[in-house]
Amino acid sequence: MSDDGRRAASAMRAVVRDSRIIVCCGTGGVGKTTTAAVLALEGARQGRKSVVVTIDPAKRLADALGLASLTNAPSRIDGDWPGELWALMLDTKSTFDDLVTTYAENEAQAQRILDNRFYRNISGALSGTQEYMASEKLYELHEESGFDLVVVDTPPTRHALDFIDASRRLVNFLDHRLFRMIMAPTRAYLRAVNVAAQAFLRTVSKVVGGEVIDDAIAFFNAFEGMEDGFRERAERVQELLADPATSFVLVASPRRDTVEEARFFAQKLAESQIPVRALIVNRMHPRFGEGLAEADRERAATLAGTPLGALYENLAAFRSVADQEEHHLAELAGEVGDAPITRVPFLSDDVHDLHGLAEVASHLFAAS
Amino acid sequence: MDPVQFLTASRVVIVAGKGGVGKTTVTAALARMAAAEGLATLIVEVEGKSGLAAVFGREPLTYREVVLAPGGGPDGAADVRGRTVTPDDALLEYLEDHGLRRVSKRLVATGALDIVATAAPGIKDILILGKVKQLERAAAAGQPTEDGGEPADLIVLDAPAAGHAITFLLAARGLLDAVRVGPIHTQARDVLELLTDPSRCQVLLVTLPEETPVNELTETAFHLEDRVGVSLGPVVVNGVYPPLDGLDADPEEAAAAAGTSLRPGEAEALRAAAAFRLARQRLQAEQVARLADRLPLPQLHLPYLFRAELGPDDVAELARALRGQVVALDALPAAAPAESGAEPR
Repeated sequence: MSDDGRRAASAMRAVVRDSRIIVCCGTGGVGKTTTAAVLALEGARQGRKSVVVTIDPAKRLADALGLASLTNAPSRIDGDWPGELWALMLDTKSTFDDLVTTYAENEAQAQRILDNRFYRNISGALSGTQEYMASEKLYELHEESGFDLVVVDTPPTRHALDFIDASRRLVNFLDHRLFRMIMAPTRAYLRAVNVAAQAFLRTVSKVVGGEVIDDAIAFFNAFEGMEDGFRERAERVQELLADPATSFVLVASPRRDTVEEARFFAQKLAESQIPVRALIVNRMHPRFGEGLAEADRERAATLAGTPLGALYENLAAFRSVADQEEHHLAELAGEVGDAPITRVPFLSDDVHDLHGLAEVASHLFAAS
Repeated sequence: MDPVQFLTASRVVIVAGKGGVGKTTVTAALARMAAAEGLATLIVEVEGKSGLAAVFGREPLTYREVVLAPGGGPDGAADVRGRTVTPDDALLEYLEDHGLRRVSKRLVATGALDIVATAAPGIKDILILGKVKQLERAAAAGQPTEDGGEPADLIVLDAPAAGHAITFLLAARGLLDAVRVGPIHTQARDVLELLTDPSRCQVLLVTLPEETPVNELTETAFHLEDRVGVSLGPVVVNGVYPPLDGLDADPEEAAAAAGTSLRPGEAEALRAAAAFRLARQRLQAEQVARLADRLPLPQLHLPYLFRAELGPDDVAELARALRGQVVALDALPAAAPAESGAEPR
């Protein structure tokens, strides 16, 4: 391993050691889920009690960990390490249900909300809910379940900040102006506003149907009184995400399109004063030797039709793709300051067990 | 089979697959292939990503159509045009078309759209698909595209990533239950008709020849057939290493046979590169076979081009490769209307 590689590996170990929370972000298809699992595994190897939360609907972490299925509660994975490794698959709806139950004044209020169709839509399908519940779960695991290290795999998205903003945005939604207008009948001084709101709602009903609006009104009625609890909780989640012990790790692949997405991500994080603590680039093609692709290609052309020609053609192809990848990576490196950059090559096999995770770990942390 | 027959089996083709498998590349290659056959082609992008325009070497797409690859030339190619259809734009247009211009401004200004979209999830998806349906109907009636292009013979929709693609395509069914009257109900019904009519619409699933993508593709395929009732075209396997004879030769012996010698270290690099490719080709072959075993749909293989960035020439190359694969396909059986709840094929 090169000096650069050794330095990066040592810096990566330090990122895991110094973090209480690691958020893995990046687009889909770059190996984010596997990377999250490997980071949690490193935590366990460092003797910590670590847990990885996946929110990937494809349940790939379960595959990577060799577990048939993961549930919304952490399950422990046995292995030969001094710490503990736990894993769970985020269930957005039941996490939200738990939150409602916690903050409802009584069981009847909780039940009214849980049974409401509008609520079921929010907890199942509202965009941003998944991100919100992921941050909520992270808070719960960190504050209430005694984990030293929580690694969270974020939903594949190009909306980098969704995850950070999700709790605040959902609370704003629950506290919506329209909701205030709908609530107005109980507040006489707002009656004038209410007349306008009702006229507006009637028009909206014409488009989407009255039942839909009725469900929404019933939900906001049932929710009344719980906003403050939700808001305080959301604020604590936000503080936790902004804490220096929370590290954002960017996961990418060296292809042009994913590099573009990763740069976008890095810029958005920078705008929010959130540093990228590490950049992990998966699916790198190996570079075979130092020669130039162009020279190989010329030799291949001269030798066309012979086995040696084929061997050179192949070498040229790999050298040229590896060079392009390094070039793209250099552009991305400019966006992440002095964060360590680790390259993980294409593996000889798909990662679907602890052995596979250990192989990825050897690239990230290079057993010293 | 005949490429034109393949390309005109349905006017709308939805390209779907998980993130990172090259869905956008396949969308572009399919559109180029169709245009090369003289079919006016319109690409519709729904997530506002810049990747699609980039492979054509163009600026990011907007709600207004642009020409991504101009037609003409001796072979009579047609234009590839492209545009986005985003829910906000589609909603505004929809409300204005229904005489609700005044409300539309307020819906957006007060953020009430979020409330409405939550009250009836899938409403954004249905707005997008409703717009696609409108484009399809206009093209079928021989009307020029909205910005004056030839009527589209083929509309290629670059769908959201796989998990979301199912929700996206299920939105019509869900909304039919949630909203039982009114214009949205009508819209959902019309969209469902489009999705379930194989002569109007089919889905092309894209995967890489790797284990996890193959698993997810199989799952998605069954969901789409069972729950949406949409007709599936062939599966596109993207990034397949093209075969290359001679890679199993020993570099030193091959050099001797060619009457030449190798620079120091060169034999090792040649050998390692060949071994890497052969190993990956074996893995790919296994996954291709596994896919065929799990999902009895014809496969179209697109070569890996050894590029970390694709441009217009690469898209043209992939379009030619795709055509070759289509020509090599046996004629597909006449598509029968998919029935909801049917057993997976």
